[in-house]
Amino acid sequence: MAQELAARCIVAGVASGEVIATSQSISFWGGVDPATGLINDPRHELFKQSVAGKILVFPYGKGSSTGSLMILELARVNKAPAAMINIETEPILATGPIVCKHFYGLEIPVVTMEKTLFDTLKTGQHAQVNATLGRVVVSENFVDKA
Amino acid sequence: MRLTDHDQDILSGSEGEAARLAMQILCDMGEIFAADEMMPVSQVHIDMTLYMVDAGVEFVERLADLGGRFAVPTQLNPSAVDLRRCRELRVPAELEEKSRRLERAYLKMGATPTWTCAPYQQGMIPGFGEQIAWGESNAIAFANSVIGARTNRYADLVDVCAGIIGRVPRFGLHLSENRRAEILVTLEGFTPEMFANSAIYPLLGYVFGEIAAGRIGALEGIPKAVTMDDLKAFSASAASSGAVGLFHLLGITPEAPSLEVCFPGGGPTPLVLTPRMVADAEERLSDGTVERPDLVALGCPHFSATEFIALTELLQGRPVHASISCWVFTSRAVYAEVEEHGVLELAHSAGVKVFTDGCPLQYPVQSWDFRAAMSNSAKFANYCYSQTGLRVVYGSLRECVDTAVNGRVCREAGLWRKN
Repeated sequence: MAQELAARCIVAGVASGEVIATSQSISFWGGVDPATGLINDPRHELFKQSVAGKILVFPYGKGSSTGSLMILELARVNKAPAAMINIETEPILATGPIVCKHFYGLEIPVVTMEKTLFDTLKTGQHAQVNATLGRVVVSENFVDKA
Repeated sequence: MRLTDHDQDILSGSEGEAARLAMQILCDMGEIFAADEMMPVSQVHIDMTLYMVDAGVEFVERLADLGGRFAVPTQLNPSAVDLRRCRELRVPAELEEKSRRLERAYLKMGATPTWTCAPYQQGMIPGFGEQIAWGESNAIAFANSVIGARTNRYADLVDVCAGIIGRVPRFGLHLSENRRAEILVTLEGFTPEMFANSAIYPLLGYVFGEIAAGRIGALEGIPKAVTMDDLKAFSASAASSGAVGLFHLLGITPEAPSLEVCFPGGGPTPLVLTPRMVADAEERLSDGTVERPDLVALGCPHFSATEFIALTELLQGRPVHASISCWVFTSRAVYAEVEEHGVLELAHSAGVKVFTDGCPLQYPVQSWDFRAAMSNSAKFANYCYSQTGLRVVYGSLRECVDTAVNGRVCREAGLWRKN
């Protein structure tokens, strides 16, 4: 059963893919390997998992202002998340996807949503993020069509 | 966001493709964060100067190739290397080449090659209330808090755009109403002897940053005698443990003359910061098993002239131990100043190596056989292992100097420390 969740557009675009979700914040500098897209902070619950091509669900960004550059690098080497869903997207986190759009012509849609809706998102679900229309359509049991 | 005719013209390419791209990125930021209009800034400090990934080089080179020019005075954070002493720092060819490409692109756009993360101690120092656009977390925290200049926490990439346009979206810390303290933190149980050891300020900053996280905090209880170098260290560590862009020190920083000014409706219930919390933070930051560090790294953020003087006084003519490298990172401006004063010669003759432009967290690790480091910077200690793979021990400048001279870790017991 697909379910539609209301979201607020931060960076426009449409993307779909497998959800990878965490309740912990993520720092894209020092927390994600810019060459592989693997979470490389041993203290993070997603340690060694890949964000590449995923619908990355995490509540907030954190850490250095270099995070924006790391998202641009992930996009350059095709290891960026397909989309991001947050509770709050602060300016440093929004910068990467904005620059990707204008610099590489690549869309990484970003939306925020209410915590109660955010909390329903789980790793392994399939999500279609339509940031432009402000909605996320979620279905259980992601099936990899590849 | 309301745009002026001039803003619109830039967006349609009247000032070239680089300005159009930069303006588009700034306008998107403004729309997302509900800015009402673009506003001028007097100067820009660019964080994205240190080679890390190729996307950064591509971004800056493309803007330079498209004819990008900085519209306002624009200064630079450190390079990854000492651009004038690459051989002495054993910089690999590829890292030097990428660093030179960044240097060429920035200079082509008209940047001032300050290459320092402490731009508030020399060079283009802003004044109280001045609207600026700065990157580099420690510099942002210092400029907003200690000087009372006004900047948002500009991310890499946006900082370059701000320099090209000379204007930024008006929101966040640029506006008075967003600069008020949201929480009150009070020091409890600290003695004057504790404040006499300069190792306390980076630790206080570190704990304060953890407490504040993304909020603006006011801190009560810092002594009036705190120095600019202490405030620099506090800013750097607070901005490394939390998303701290602005803090207020009651009775010390310019926007916090008193509790009443900070909290006109009466202060909230204070959160307490104790010596025990400082001791716990130090234990998390400092590896107690390190006995013989290979490197004593000073200058994170970049060393000031007064820190050089303190260093040479603590050395008292004693040479650095043969088993230890003692490195200081500073700006070209401070280097020239202490060279003029003769202080540099005192450091050199003790065997201290002084590098400019670069960053102690980004030295070419593959060229040096170091296993462990010591530093007086809590920011360095926080990032050292993830950035360099070195274990790290933390101590005051005096303790770092004694360690460098004796070849083994010298730390004082007592004060807030348990042993």
